[in-house]
Amino acid sequence: MAQSSTGSGPGAAGPAVSRRGLLRAAGIGAGALAVPALAAACSGDSGSGGTTKGGGSSSKITFGSNYSDPAPKQAFASLISAAKAKTGVTTKINTTDHNTFQNNITSYLQGTPDDLATWFAGYRMQYFANQGLLDPLDDVWDKIGGNFPDVAKNLSKGVDGHYYLVPIYNYPWVVHYNKSTFADKGYDVPKDWDSFIALCKQMKKDKIIPLAFADKDLWPALGMFDILNMRINGYDYHMKLMQNKAAYTDSEVTKVFDQWRELMPYLQSGANGRIWQDAAKTLEAKKAGMMFQGTNQVAAQYVTDKKDIKDLDFFAYPAINPSYGQDYMDAPADGFIMPKKAKNTAGAKKVLEYIGTKQAEIAYLKYDQWDVGLATDLVAPTYNDIQKKSATMIAQQKAVAQFGDRDTDPAMATALEQAIQKFIGDPTAGTISTIQQSLAKQAKSIFHS
Amino acid sequence: MASTVNDASPAVTQAPKRRRRRLGRLTKKEILVVLGMLAVPIVVDLAFVWGPAIASVVLSFFRWSGVGGLHPRACRPSGGLIQDNGCFTGVDNYHRAATNYPPFWPAVEHNVLWLLVFIVIATPLGMLFAVVIDRGIKGSRIYQSVLFLPVMLSLALIGIIWEFVYSPNYGLINTIIGHNQNDNLIDWLGNPHLNLWAVLVAATWRQAGYVMVLYLAGLKAADPALREAAQVDGANAWQTFWRVIFPTLRPINIVIIVVTVIESLRAFDLVYIVNKGSNGLELLSVLVTNNIVGETSQVGFGSALGVVLLVISLIPISIFLYQNFKRKEGR
Repeated sequence: MAQSSTGSGPGAAGPAVSRRGLLRAAGIGAGALAVPALAAACSGDSGSGGTTKGGGSSSKITFGSNYSDPAPKQAFASLISAAKAKTGVTTKINTTDHNTFQNNITSYLQGTPDDLATWFAGYRMQYFANQGLLDPLDDVWDKIGGNFPDVAKNLSKGVDGHYYLVPIYNYPWVVHYNKSTFADKGYDVPKDWDSFIALCKQMKKDKIIPLAFADKDLWPALGMFDILNMRINGYDYHMKLMQNKAAYTDSEVTKVFDQWRELMPYLQSGANGRIWQDAAKTLEAKKAGMMFQGTNQVAAQYVTDKKDIKDLDFFAYPAINPSYGQDYMDAPADGFIMPKKAKNTAGAKKVLEYIGTKQAEIAYLKYDQWDVGLATDLVAPTYNDIQKKSATMIAQQKAVAQFGDRDTDPAMATALEQAIQKFIGDPTAGTISTIQQSLAKQAKSIFHS
Repeated sequence: MASTVNDASPAVTQAPKRRRRRLGRLTKKEILVVLGMLAVPIVVDLAFVWGPAIASVVLSFFRWSGVGGLHPRACRPSGGLIQDNGCFTGVDNYHRAATNYPPFWPAVEHNVLWLLVFIVIATPLGMLFAVVIDRGIKGSRIYQSVLFLPVMLSLALIGIIWEFVYSPNYGLINTIIGHNQNDNLIDWLGNPHLNLWAVLVAATWRQAGYVMVLYLAGLKAADPALREAAQVDGANAWQTFWRVIFPTLRPINIVIIVVTVIESLRAFDLVYIVNKGSNGLELLSVLVTNNIVGETSQVGFGSALGVVLLVISLIPISIFLYQNFKRKEGR
């Protein structure tokens, strides 16, 4: 549900802000960030092959942005001024508070949208593309296609096979820990489930909470469901389930919850009443040994809290089913779309062609210490260890999912999130079969199948 | 009908009588003024209250995401991710809400519980505060301000304040009672058996102050002679209040009942701040919002929930209007 509006956004954070709202802390409001009017520096690039609608001049566009928090706002401004220097297109950025932007996207795209807008990859983009609210970007991709790996390409395509998005960054969902804790106690990074459980037991003995855990915002534990499902049943099954081609009453889903039950004693208790920022603080304080979440949240929280980000490290979620190993993970990507009602499509495409380059991603990442660029072999000079490792790890995946609430219908994601909260409150075999049946019934009516 | 000119002279001479005359005897000018004054609120009312309400009822029979138009044809099954949109589903949305939407019945139950707590706890508490302060105890103005302060805060802000109080590891209560360690913490807002009560404490904290101010106004308006007379007759404080003062508060009581019903039906902000109305904090108003607001909304289903809330609201409104009109006719 949309309202719940849980999607993955980039994030640093104040307390009690939704994941999408992370970097866009409330109160920033809808201020427009004026880009200093530089003299148009003409680039040597040829113009785009796009058509110009509505007779707009190709040297001026507007950009609807939900990067409302200071850090990404600065990063975005840096990207846009680089784009201007390169393409000669003057861009006016209209920044809207993140949650507001999300909630209004339907009327925004149907009303008088900007020429370009920030958005998310995968189903969340396909949903709007399918309803004819976005313009295809195939001619842009003809030029930038070589810069991106297939994973990024697939994320930018609609169900009709046309491109509708130019991505900018993504970030992995992994198990975070403090290097110092592991060094002091002599812990090893677990590769499989047995060593993972053994490590949890050892931590408990050492009076450390094995895994910091929070689910008050409903979405964080959905990541745990995603990864367990991908580790046990593989990526293909996970996507089938998300797209209602497999049933929630399947024994595969039971296995996911049973595995989770085994881990339950090692997760921080009272998760349903805790926001993830507080869980991250227990990791920062070394009261907890590990925490499974996006680097976009945990690393950004370290930066926000001015904790030692150099002490932070992570590893991929341990393998469970040997046939899938550590092949898959959630790595949500964000990017840019062109609304169907955009006025200056030629200018907008010029800017997108620039954004789809390595240089553009580097310009953005100068002010971002937790996300990684999507362009092939990109290692930005400003990358810290977290970012370098993220990039390597994502590149090693056979496939990446976007996140439970980006891969399925929002109403279904909400139903699943609420079922998971019920499971966390009472992790028994009885609860599992009850919620499985309820989820299957709800899927039936949500998908009208 | 006489012309305006002819009508003017008797109107002046018979002014007192004229006031009792019916609409048909008003001058054209007066009729225009009356029509104008009626038309503006009626148009506003139709456009901003009845229009949306009727639109909600209509939309509740459709499956619609808010994009594109509505079609009169029946919905087709899709199987995949992207679904048929803007199609007619009949009462399917209502059927789904009642049979296959887990938060629905808890929400109805919580709305009723909210109303009961306000009537049984918040209102008597507010009355108690008012009576005690009205007796002119020392520092009554300070108490009055302190108790009224929460009413001046927005409920959203109250939600945030109480989150700090209830937070499991860093919250005020758990820190004071020493239950903020991982193995013994009390999960005030996360435990579905506790969180509704925790939130109701916060809601009552505010509502009691509201009720107190209304009762104070009523008590100040009560004729002191009544109190004196009661004392002369030898009534104690308890008897004076319940037998003499309370009956004079009848109009205030009606206002308070209306306020209480309204406040409990529109309850929204607190639970939305706490956890968006999930996991034990479901309320109808939140479910409506959760389904309608957002990037990919289910306008039809949310409208159906809104219609349910409308029907529930109509019950106390009808009772109130019926009582009011009956009393007027009885006079």
